[in-house]
Parts: sequence; C-alpha cells; structure tokens
Amino acid sequence: MVILMNEDKIVCRCEDITLKELRDMIADGYTRLDEIKRALRLGMGPCQGDICLEIAAREICRMTDKKMEDIKMPSKRPPVAGIKMSELVGDNQNEK
Amino acid sequence: MILLINTDLLVIGGGPAGMTAALKAAKKGAEVIIVERYHELGGQLIKQTHRFFGSKNEQAGTRGIDIAQGLTKEIQNMSEIKVLTEATAQGYYEDKIVTVSYQNKFRKIRAKRIIIATGASEKMMLFLNNDLPGVYGAGAIQTLMNLYGILPGKKVIMVGSGNIGLIVSYQLLQAGVEVKAVIEADSEIGGYLVHASKIRRIGVPIYTGYSVKSAIGESFVKGAEIIKLDRNWQMIAGTERFIKADTICLAVGLRPLVSLLIQADCAMAYVPELGGDVPIRDENLKTTNDQIFVAGDAAGIEEATAAMLEGEIAGLKAATEIGYLSKDAITESRRLKKELRKLRNGPISRNIRKGLSKVRGDDNVKKNRYSHLR
Ligand SMILES: Cc1cc2nc3c(=O)[nH]c(=O)nc-3n(C[C@H](O)[C@H](O)[C@H](O)COP(=O)(O)OP(=O)(O)OC[C@H]3O[C@@H](n4cnc5c(N)ncnc54)[C@H](O)[C@@H]3O)c2cc1C
Ligand code: FES
Repeated sequence: MVILMNEDKIVCRCEDITLKELRDMIADGYTRLDEIKRALRLGMGPCQGDICLEIAAREICRMTDKKMEDIKMPSKRPPVAGIKMSELVGDNQNEK
Repeated sequence: MILLINTDLLVIGGGPAGMTAALKAAKKGAEVIIVERYHELGGQLIKQTHRFFGSKNEQAGTRGIDIAQGLTKEIQNMSEIKVLTEATAQGYYEDKIVTVSYQNKFRKIRAKRIIIATGASEKMMLFLNNDLPGVYGAGAIQTLMNLYGILPGKKVIMVGSGNIGLIVSYQLLQAGVEVKAVIEADSEIGGYLVHASKIRRIGVPIYTGYSVKSAIGESFVKGAEIIKLDRNWQMIAGTERFIKADTICLAVGLRPLVSLLIQADCAMAYVPELGGDVPIRDENLKTTNDQIFVAGDAAGIEEATAAMLEGEIAGLKAATEIGYLSKDAITESRRLKKELRKLRNGPISRNIRKGLSKVRGDDNVKKNRYSHLR
C-alpha cells in the first residue's frame, strides 16, 4: 500500500495538483492566485477552478495571514464549459 | 456562420428561479428564451423526492419534483417562452451578447435584459485520498439514485449535517442503503432538527465535532478514518476511529455559480453567509450591470422557496424595463417582496439576513475580489 503524507491531498482534481505542490509554491513567494494558476495549471481544468480556487485562496490566507476578501481572484473568461471544435467552426455536412 | 438570435429576455438556468422568472415576464407579454444545460427543466428540484419545507404559498409540503413538473407544464403552455435544453451559456461579451452551445452549434443571443439563475456548485473537502473512487458529492449521489435509479453503494458515510446531508441520508435509507454515520465538523447539527431526528430514530449516529482524516482503500473506498476536532477545528491526534463503508458522500456546502456575472463585470462581494462571491444588487435583483439581473442560488445559497420569489421579482422588473407595462406591476412587486421578507424573518434565516445586508450599498463593493480585473 502506498503511504500518503498529509500534504498529498488533492486540491485541484481536474489537474491533479496536491496540497504539497500548492504549499511549496506559496512558500516560494507565489502568493497571487493568477501566478499560481499559470505556474501549476491549478484552476485551468474542465471546471475552470469552480472547485479548487476557493480552497487555494484559503491556503494562501492561512500561510500569509490574509483575509479571504483580500485575495484577488483570477479572471473568468468564456467559455464557461468545454466546447467542441465543430461547434465553433461548424460541421460542413450539416451547416449551410 | 454563427446564428444570432434576438429576444426581449434571456433567462440562463432553468431551475426554480429561472422558471418563475420566465413565467412572470412572459405573462406580462415579454418574449423569453430559457437556456438550460441539462436535458430538462427543473434544476435541483428534479432530484428532490421529499416534501418541501418553506412557505405555504410557495408550495411547502409538495415534493420538489412535482413543483418542477408543474412549472415545466406551465412554461410549455406559454407561446412567449422558448426553451432550449442541453444549451450551455458559455460567455458574456462586451457587446452585450451571450454565446450558447446548443445542439452542437455555437449561437449568439442578444437580449434586452438577462436574468442569470445558474444555481450553485458543490464544495469539495480536503482529506487524504479524496480522489479515490467511491468519494462522491451529494449532488452526484442524488442524480444516480433519484434520476437513474442506481445505488451508489451499500454502506455510506455522510459528511455534513446540513439539510442536504440529512435529506440525502434519509433518501439513501429509503433506497435500502445503510448509512453508517453522519460526520459534522461543527459542534452542532447544521440542518433542521426534524430531519435530524428522522434519521436518528432509524439508528444512524451523528458525530458532531468530527471530520474525515482520510479515505481508506487502494483502488476504491473501503472506509474512512474520522478524527475528533478541537474548538478551532484542529484535529486531535489519537482520536482517530475507523468506519467501514464503500461510499463517502460529501455534503459540505454549495457555492454560487457566478462566472457569467463576473464576465459581465457585475460588482461582486465575498459573503461567506451566502456561500462565497455573489453580485451586489438592489431589491429588484438588478446587478450593477444595467442589463443583468440575478436570482436564486446564484445570488446566494438559500432555498427553492426564496429562489422562486426572487425569480418572480426579477422577471417582473425585467418585463417592465423592456417596456411591458402593467398597472398592477407595482403592487404585485411589493407583495412579492413582502412575502420574501416574511420567509426570511425566522431565526433559521439569521445568517441569510446577515449575508444580504452585505450585498446592498456601495461600502460593500470594496470587498470585491475581482475589482483588479476592471
Ligand atoms: C438535497 C437537497 C434538498 C433540498 N431541499 C429543499 C427543500 O426542502 N425546500 C427548499 O425550499 N429548498 C430545498 N433545496 C434547495 C433548492 O433545491 C435550491 O435552493 C433551488 O433549487 C435553487 O434554485 P435555482 O433555480 O437558483 O438553482 P438550481 O435549481 O440549481 O438551477 C440552476 C439551473 O441552471 C442550470 N445552469 C447552470 N449553469 C448554466 C449555464 N452556464 N448554461 C445553462 N444552464 C445552466 C443548471 O443546469 C440548473 O438546472 C434542497 C437542495 C438540495 C440539494
Ligand atoms: S478542480 Fe481545479 S480546475 Fe477543476
């Protein structure tokens, strides 16, 4: 059996990022969510951070002694959910 | 070519809030489009097989699924309302257009007013092995069980003793699943005592002041290690105990789905009492973007009864602003607001009232965690 350490908990399910990876980033001085997002891909999965960004924000608060309302959230851009290429460019067989 | 559709009112989300909003506006004469990403209308209601709590006027005592069916039928009979199911609103753009993926095509919708009623998503929880198969959100369990008739497992540990955790526990018991325990981090049960005593009578223990330390199992859940928490919610070493189960169900709260509101540049406020970031709005549910209203759980986690009233208030105001004037609109709106206030009057709604006091007025806008994006 694999022995998991306390920090091996998954924070971002979509991109498989652990609490340890997140904490290491914050300890390295990455205390802004948009930086962490770019460096780790946390929040860039199919749910677009709906599940993990809040948890990550709370961890930054804990480690840097900030309040939740002071944490800047990364921007939300369209599309909200995944879309197929054919939806965008159109499927020649069906589209007039 | 991407199709562009024009309409008076676009309603995003076909749950109780969106349905009542559409109905109210259509009855005043507005032409309405509802986009719903699921294949039928109803939102959370279609999974609710229990009799609803809430106000009499808003159909307390009726099963959620029956409320959804009633509203759906009413909508189908209104020629002013066009329903697009399996249609996901994907984005809001500066030219006030919403993009929607529908039937494998990308569409644009331009509406004079938009009501965003996208509901909520479930919160996740951190514990070891939380990605093991057998760890579910309560919503997924309800979908499997109540929509598709599939049992999630044989022995379930429920995490969270709010109304959702308690109601889903009861639904599991009714379906013949053994609920091994309900785990609650707080020192008190979160939901209504009527629900709690119902499952206690059946013999389900409720552990308050406990949390899950880890899910146990290699390729799937075989149980959970739970642990006692101190007053500051810190785990107390040495108090671990093992509970055997094949399913862990998380019912640890909901968060408003607000991506589209943020894209539309609506001012937001971080309000924990309402579940997270919610839009600043006035008493008609109008956000700081003049084209956009919000209603239901997207405006703050509450109940279907409140969601339906908010939908009606927003729908009525939107219709008026588009130009469908009716002489009873003012008294009607006043009546709806009064009813909503009454609904939120009780001791149970104390937190909601506290949260709502933070979403009105300019002094709260400074809590906007998205303001740097402007
Ligand atoms: C287990 C449980 C028990 C409950 N019991 C009660 C009760 O007894 N009494 C009570 O009053 N309330 C109860 N509630 C609460 C109630 O169900 C919700 O408050 C209510 O459904 C909120 O309505 P809504 O319309 O805001 O959101 P929802 O019902 O969540 O509907 C939102 C809809 O929007 C759609 N959507 C989201 N994003 C998009 C998008 N981008 N494009 C298109 N569509 C989208 C979703 O698919 C969904 O259909 C219960 C909830 C749960 C989970
Ligand atoms: S959980 Fe992180 S992007 Fe979905």
